[in-house]
Amino acid sequence: MMDDMDLSLHHKMEEKDERNQLDQTAQDVLSKPLDRPEGPLKVTGRATYADEEHPEGTAHGVFVRSTVAHGWVTGMNTAALRKMPGVLAVVRDAKMLRNPAQGTAGEAPVQNPNEIFYVGQPIALVVAETLEQARHAALAARPKYEAKDGEFEVPLEDYETPPKKQSSEGDLDSAMGQAAHSVDSIYTTPAMGHAMMEPHAAVAQWDGGKLTIRASCQMLKYNVAELADSLGVKAKNVRILSPYVGGGFGGKLGISHEAVAAALAARKLKRPVSVALHRRNVFEATTRRSETRQRLRLCCDDQGHLTGFGHEAWVSSLHGESFSEPVTQASSFTYAGDNRVIGHHIARLNITCAGSMRAPGEAVGVPIVECAMDELAEKAGIDPVDFRLRNIPEKDPSTGKPYSSNRLADCLTEGAKAFGWEKRGEVAHQREGEWLIGLGVASAVRVNMLMNSEATITLDPDGHAVVETDMTDIGTGSYAILTQLAAEMLGLPMDRVKTVLGDSDLPPSSGSGGSFGAASAGSSVMLAARALREKIAERLGVEEKDVTLKDGNAISGNKVTPLTEILAGERLKAKGEIEPGATGDDVRQATWGAQFAEVAVSAITGEVRVRRLDATFACGRILNPKTARSQCIGGMVFGLGSALTEELSYDLRNGRLMTRDLADYHIPSNLDVPPMNVTFLEDRDPYANPMQAKGIGELACCGTAGAILNAIHNATGIRVRDFPATPDKVIEAIEAAQGQG
Amino acid sequence: MRDFVYDRADSADAAQTAAKEGARAIAGGTNLLDLMKHEVETPDRLIDVNRTGLDQIEEADGGLRIGALVRNADLAAEERVRRDWPLLSRAILAGASPQIRNRATTAGNLMQRTRCAYFYDLGSACNKRSPGSGCDALNGVNRMHAILGTSEHCIATYPGDMAVALVALDAEVEIAGANGKRTVPIAEFHRLPGDRPDRDNVLEDGEIILGVTLPKPTGGAQVYRKVRDRRSYAFALVSAAVDVTVEDGKITRAALTLGSVAAKPWRSNEADKVLVGSEPSRKAFENAADRLLQGAQGHGENDYKIGLARRTLVAALAEATGIDIAGDAA
Repeated sequence: MMDDMDLSLHHKMEEKDERNQLDQTAQDVLSKPLDRPEGPLKVTGRATYADEEHPEGTAHGVFVRSTVAHGWVTGMNTAALRKMPGVLAVVRDAKMLRNPAQGTAGEAPVQNPNEIFYVGQPIALVVAETLEQARHAALAARPKYEAKDGEFEVPLEDYETPPKKQSSEGDLDSAMGQAAHSVDSIYTTPAMGHAMMEPHAAVAQWDGGKLTIRASCQMLKYNVAELADSLGVKAKNVRILSPYVGGGFGGKLGISHEAVAAALAARKLKRPVSVALHRRNVFEATTRRSETRQRLRLCCDDQGHLTGFGHEAWVSSLHGESFSEPVTQASSFTYAGDNRVIGHHIARLNITCAGSMRAPGEAVGVPIVECAMDELAEKAGIDPVDFRLRNIPEKDPSTGKPYSSNRLADCLTEGAKAFGWEKRGEVAHQREGEWLIGLGVASAVRVNMLMNSEATITLDPDGHAVVETDMTDIGTGSYAILTQLAAEMLGLPMDRVKTVLGDSDLPPSSGSGGSFGAASAGSSVMLAARALREKIAERLGVEEKDVTLKDGNAISGNKVTPLTEILAGERLKAKGEIEPGATGDDVRQATWGAQFAEVAVSAITGEVRVRRLDATFACGRILNPKTARSQCIGGMVFGLGSALTEELSYDLRNGRLMTRDLADYHIPSNLDVPPMNVTFLEDRDPYANPMQAKGIGELACCGTAGAILNAIHNATGIRVRDFPATPDKVIEAIEAAQGQG
Repeated sequence: MRDFVYDRADSADAAQTAAKEGARAIAGGTNLLDLMKHEVETPDRLIDVNRTGLDQIEEADGGLRIGALVRNADLAAEERVRRDWPLLSRAILAGASPQIRNRATTAGNLMQRTRCAYFYDLGSACNKRSPGSGCDALNGVNRMHAILGTSEHCIATYPGDMAVALVALDAEVEIAGANGKRTVPIAEFHRLPGDRPDRDNVLEDGEIILGVTLPKPTGGAQVYRKVRDRRSYAFALVSAAVDVTVEDGKITRAALTLGSVAAKPWRSNEADKVLVGSEPSRKAFENAADRLLQGAQGHGENDYKIGLARRTLVAALAEATGIDIAGDAA
C-alpha cells in the first residue's frame, strides 16, 4: 500500500460564502431524516459510556465532601479510614480541583481542595477495592475544619458591577418618563442543574508516564489541556476517550473533579481507578446555572414602537470565576429602542460554582424579556405577535452592524399561522371546568458561533471512507450528521462511511458546546471532503466544481468513473480545518425562532398543564431533520422544566443544597410533555460557515418558558414573576387577584 | 454502604423470629436500600420477607385481606379493588413510577420513611434520623413539610399516597409480634412526632406487618386528588382522599383524609361529622375542610399548603358528589 496522501484544506470565514455547495451535491443523504448509525448500540446497551469499561484490577474512588461552605480542611481521620475494609488509599492532593474548569478554559481550574468554597466540595478521594467499601469509608471520614462565615445571599449593593459589562445609549430614564406605555418589572429565576442522564465519571490508567482516561467530556481538545495542567504533565501524555456521552448540556465542558482525582489515585496506586460521581455530587459539586434577578424596563410610543429597552441582571458565582451567566446576551440586538441600558452584576457566593448550561444567557434572559414584552404589548393594547413584529430592528440596534440574517419576523408570522394564534382570546376568557385555558407566544433568539475545528477523512482504495475528529456526540447526533456530510460530499452510500469520534488523539475539534458543534466540526469534515474532491477532480483533469460524486462514482461531462478506479489502489487522506474569521465580527449572527404554548391552569390547585408547544425556527441548513427535531424537542422540554418545575433550593443559612437528586430536582416527566410541533424554515446564512448550518439545540430552550408563562397570563390574568411557576405560586397569585377583584 | 447480614425467611413465623432477633425486614427495598446507601439507616441484619407467602389478596368478611407483600402494581390492578375501592387503586397509581410500583409492597409502602431532605443529609440536624440533634427543616427549606400535628422536634411528612386512601377506607393493619397478633386501625398506625420523631409508627421492636384488611365497601363515591409539582414521579404537595355517600340529597357518610400535610394521613371524625346530614354544597365542604385543617400552621415555605389543602379537599368532595364548584373557583 502506498503512503497516505497529505491533502489539506484550511478555510477561514473572512467573507460570506454563497457557493452553497451542499445544494449541488448528488448523493442525497444530507438533510434527510436518517437514523443515528450508533443508535442500535445505544438502545441495546452496547455503547459503553465512561464508567462502563473497567480494565482488570480497577479500584473505585468516592469523594469525601465538605459539610461546611467556607473555610479550610485542617485534618482528617485518614489513618483510620485506611484501615477500613478494602480501602487502598485516601487521596488528599493539592492538585485536586476546587471546581470544574469552565468551558474552553484550556488550563487547570482553581486547585487545592483544602480551601473550601461550598458545601459538597470534594476534599479527599477514598479508593477501595469495591464501590461499596469506598462509599462507606468516605462517609466515615471526619474532616476537621477551620470554618469561616459563608456568603449565601448578599444585598444588591454588594454585587460587583464590572464596567465592561455595562452599556447604555440615549436616556432610558427620560424615555420611560415620556413613553405612552412602559413596564418596569423585576423577575427572578432559580439556580438550575444540568441533570444530564449520565453522571460524570472517569476511569484512569497509567502506562509509564502516559495517562489514558475514559471520561464523560464535551470538549476533548480543551479537556486534555486542562487535565494535563491540573496534573502537571505534558498534554501529549494525556489521552481522553469519550466515545459516547450521556448528555452534558454544558455540565461537562471543562475537566471535572473525577478525572483529576482518578488520574492522581491511579498514579499513586499504580492500578486503574474509576471515579463515578454520585448524583448528589453532580448537583453539588460540578456546575449550576446561576439564579438570576432581572429588571426589565421597556417603553413604547402609542403606536407600539419601542423607545426604550433596559435589561439589568444580577447573577452569582464563586470567587475568582470569570464566567457569569450572560443573561442579557441577546438583549443588545433582539428588539428596537433608541434608549438602552444593559446591566450585569455579580455576587460572589459560597454555593456550587456557576457555569455554562444549555444556552447560557439566553435560556434565562430571553424568557424574561419575552414576558416583559408581553406585559408591554398588553398595556399598549396590541396583539403580542404584532407587537414583536413592530419592533424588529433593521440592524443590530446596539452596534449598528447588519444582521447576517434575521428571520424573526418570518418565524413569528409562519409560526402564528401554524399554531392557530388567531384563536387566542382575551385574558382569562376561556375555561373548561376548573381549567383556565390560555395561549402564549415568545420569540427565541440565540447567538450563533463558529469555532476552530479539524477533521480528517481517509478514503480507502476500496471506496470506503473514515471520518476522524475528536468531536464528541453528547446525544446530539454528531455521528449521524458527520457521516451524512462525508457521504454527501464524497458521493458514497452511508454504509461506506464510518465516523470515529471522542478520542483526543484524533484531530482537535470544536467539541460540543454552545450549539456550535455541528457548524464547526461539520465544516471541517466538509473541507476535508472538498480536498478529496479536488484530488479526484485533478485526476480526472476537471475542476472540483464540475465533478459530481454519486454512489461511488465520479461523473464529469458524460463520463462515469468508479472511485476505486480513480484511487487506483491508493489511499487518500485529507485534513479539513475551519477557522472563524471576520464574519463573526462584521455582522450580527444569531438563530431565530417563535414559540407558542397552550396551557391549562387549574383554578383550584394552580397546577399548570402544558397542552401544546409549537416552534418555528430559522437556524440555517438542517443537516438531519430527525436529529434536529430531537434537539429542538429536547430544548423545549428543557424550557418547560425551567418554566414550571426545576429549581435548585439552597438552605440560605448554611449553603446546603436541598434538592440534589432526581426525586427532588424536578425535570419534566413524560406526562408533563405535550405534543410538540417543530417547523424549520428553509434558511441559508452565508456568513455562518461553508455549510450554511447554524446552532439548533440551545435555541429551542430560549423561547419555551416565555411562551408558557405568557400563556399562563392569558389563561388567568396573573403574572408569575418568580420562576418556576409551581402550583403554590400560581394559586397564590390567583387568590390575590380574586382578593383584588 | 455498611456490611450487613442478609437472610431469607420462608414463612411469616421465620420472618417474625428474625425480626425479634433484630433483623430489619426487606421486601421491595425501594426505600430501605436508598437509605442504606446513604447510611441514613444502617441495619446490621436484613431479613428478606419476599418468600413468606404473604402475597395473597383474599376476601374477608365482605372486605379484603391484602397480604403484606402484595405489590403496589398488583393491588392497584386487582379487579375487586378497582370496582369496590377505586380510591385505593387511584391513590397507588398516583405514586412513584411503574418500575417502583412493580417492586414496592403494601407493608413496605406503609413503612416508607419521610422524604425530608434534612433527614437524608447526614450533615444536617434531624431528630428523626439522629434523636436530639435538632430539626434543620423547622426554619429551612420546608416547602414540602407538614402543617398539622408537628412538634418543635420535627415537621416531616409521611410522603405516601396509598396510606391516605387506606385511612379514608378505615383499613386495619395486622401485626405479628412476640406476643402474638394484634390489629391496629390504619389511622393509628403512623405516629405524630411529639418528642420521639424517630418513631414513625406504632410497630414495636420484633413486630412485622402481616397484611392490611379493608372492611366491606361503603358504596360511596370515592375520589383521590393529588397536587404535585409534576404529573408523575413526584411526592404530593397535598393530596385528598374522600369517600362520600349521598342518599336522598343528604350526605349520610363521609370520610375525608389529607395526605402530605402531617407525619400521618390526616383525618378527623369531627370533620367527617360536619358533612353528615348536610346537603352537598360548597359551603358544607368548606366547613368540613376548615374543621379538618383546624390548627394547621405553616413554617414559612409551606404556608401555602393550608389554603391548597382546603381547596383540594373541597374540589375532591365536589367531584365525588357531582357538585359544580368550578364556575366560582376563580
